Amino acid sequence: MEHEVRVPITSDADLVPARAEGRALAQALGFSQTDATLIATAISEIARNIVVHARSGEIVMTSIQQPHRYGLVIVASDAGPGIPQIDVALERGHTSRRSLGLGLPGARRLMDEFKVETDAAKGTTVTMTKWRARDELERLRARRRDGA
Amino acid sequence: MSVAILRQGDYLIASIQVDLSDSQVLELRDDLSDRIGRFRARGLIIDVAALDVIDSFVARSLGSIAITARLRGAETVITGIEPDVAIAMVQFDLDLAPLRTALDLDEALSLLDRLTQGAGEDGA
Repeated sequence: MEHEVRVPITSDADLVPARAEGRALAQALGFSQTDATLIATAISEIARNIVVHARSGEIVMTSIQQPHRYGLVIVASDAGPGIPQIDVALERGHTSRRSLGLGLPGARRLMDEFKVETDAAKGTTVTMTKWRARDELERLRARRRDGA
Repeated sequence: MSVAILRQGDYLIASIQVDLSDSQVLELRDDLSDRIGRFRARGLIIDVAALDVIDSFVARSLGSIAITARLRGAETVITGIEPDVAIAMVQFDLDLAPLRTALDLDEALSLLDRLTQGAGEDGA
């Protein structure tokens, strides 16, 4: 079963539905209440990043299934001017315009996987994933049981 | 109404009712700063339980509300931070020192009583 939710981001008001949709999808997929909050918080940060750096963009949330685990992938994309010195922007405590520098590093710590592609010509795409912890646990148990 | 603001004695109690946008958070900051002066409030309680998340912007804004309130003569106590929201908050390298917190309204009121004790006795 594939779930996909798209939320257009055109102003800071759109962060509210983006967080709510992310939380609802995470819970529907079986994430814990705490994981759903961590995901919603990370979505809030990358959605704000769109508003601040590019004004508008889109967030797409998709469930993914692998043989032994389920995940939630969140892709935030915009066609803005890109983020100069992205490595610096991802450092702890870096402050950028409107002093929002804690946003991306914070979102990275809240998720399991986090990748930023940014280009002055193509804009910025943030891809981040959270895996369902229970399934990872089951996989570890299965591996131990199978003696791998 | 997205935030209900009540007066109780020398205190203002701002109870956030729904998840707020960034602009609404900034409006709340300005509104509270204004009301502290108008009502000569000595204490401010903000109940954030209705916020979906407290991300870096909201956490920073709560800190700036507390600092603004102090400059206007009032102490601030935040209440209603849910456990999972607290777990998310520590992932940001934020200086949470300006935020005084209490688990519920009763505790927030007694904390404010202690904080404002003495300072409010001007012999009037």
